[in-house]
This record gives sequence, C-alpha cells and structure tokens, in this order.
Amino acid sequence: MSILKKIFVSCPEANHFCDKNQYKEASLLDKIKLNLHLIYCRACRKYSANNGKLTKLIKNPKVKSIPISDKELMKELLRKKMSE
Amino acid sequence: MSTNILDPNSWVDKYSDYLFNYTIVRVDDAEIAKDIVQETFFAGLKSMKNFKGEASERTWLISILKRKIIDHYRKINSNKGKAEVRINYNSDSETEGDWLEERVADPYDSTVDSKIENKELGLAIHNCIQKLPEKQAAIFKMKTIDGFETEAICNEFDITSSNLWVIIHRARTAMAECIEKNWF
Repeated sequence: MSILKKIFVSCPEANHFCDKNQYKEASLLDKIKLNLHLIYCRACRKYSANNGKLTKLIKNPKVKSIPISDKELMKELLRKKMSE
Repeated sequence: MSTNILDPNSWVDKYSDYLFNYTIVRVDDAEIAKDIVQETFFAGLKSMKNFKGEASERTWLISILKRKIIDHYRKINSNKGKAEVRINYNSDSETEGDWLEERVADPYDSTVDSKIENKELGLAIHNCIQKLPEKQAAIFKMKTIDGFETEAICNEFDITSSNLWVIIHRARTAMAECIEKNWF
C-alpha cells in the first residue's frame, strides 16, 4: 500500500513537482510521478498546461527587469536627492 | 475618496521594473530607459508637493515618465537636420538598380506584429506582478525573471525551501490567471 501511495501522488504534490519542473529543478523520479498523475487527473493537466505557458511567456527575451545592483544604485541616488 | 500618499523610499522596489518596461517599449535601449526611469524618480521627488493624492502613486509616476520620454525624443532631435528623413539611393552591388518602391516594408510580413506584441508582453507581465502581494512579487521576480538559485532566495528572505515553493505556487497561479485575463 505504501509503495502505491509513493507512486500515485496527490494533487498538491503533483503541482509542487510541476512548479519545480518549470525551473528545471525536478528530479527524474519527480517527473515520472508527475506524468503518471497527469494521466488520470484532468485538473492537474490543466494546471500544468497553464504553468508551462506562463514559463514560456516569461522566458521571452523582451521580459526584462532592472538588475538588482542597478536598483541599489538608483535607491542610493534617490536617497541622496531626498536629503538635499 | 481615499487620498494617496507618496512614499519615495519604496519607489524603486515597487515601480522601477514596470516603468522600465513601459520605457523600453518606447525607446528601445536599456541604458537610456534606465536613465529615464531614474530621472522620473528625481522629477517625482522634486514635485512631490504638487501631488494632490487623487491618482495612485503609479499613475502619477507614469504621467511624469511620459513627459520624460517626450523630452528624450526632443533632445535627440534638436540637432538641426536630424529630424529630416534621408534615403540614399542604394549603391550596394547586390541591390543596384532597385527602385525605392521595392524597398518598402512587406505588408504581409507577420513578424512585425509579433515583435510589437512581444514588447508589450513585458509590460503586461510586470503589470500582473505588481498585483501580487509584495513578498510574493519579490520572490517570484527573483526566481523566475532574474533566475536566482532556490537557496540564495531562501537565505535572502530567511524562509525554508518548502515555504518558498508554496509562495512560488501561489504566485504562479495568480499570474496565470492575470495573464489569461489581460493577454490572451
């Protein structure tokens, strides 16, 4: 029974593997469990699809943010201006 | 109507990425965009007493940013003659003898549309990130866009890794919903 429970994971667990997988941090066993779960769970299939879509969108090279070091510099300058 | 208050200390954390993406769509150069955002913060600081509290902080900053972008274009166009459009007749050996008409953009080229869409996508995503709770937004940005290691983020925020994954999960669910609504 316990082996079955290890292979057939619950939905929250499957979602956790799916999230991990988006950052390429899921192990092979995690991926196997996830895909097994996706075979019979429709809700998680939908979540997985959406999650993948989100990752793809954000991977888009046009999605940028200012590097943290530059932000610190901006804060520093702003603080200086404020104290003037 | 509730009155909004300005808090310059939180500007960089809260709005710099959104303003940056707003600018980069319009000027197409990261360095210039960064400078313009910085100038916007300075200008905001200077005219804080003119803020009536009717608009939200972000709307107010955006309206300053727009002026700054216009100023930028004025500046680069101020040298006489730069505003003029000059097209030389092509003298490359390959295209020699082609007429101007043959050099206009291809109206059936679909990449133009998708390029514009890609630029606006950055804005849409940052807009959605701003709607997340502050801590979620910060962690999601670090993990997903800036690509930090799980461990580094855990140390930074002093949380456990399972804690981090829960936050990421909530953020992703909210983001997916927000983008679904505003983008597709």
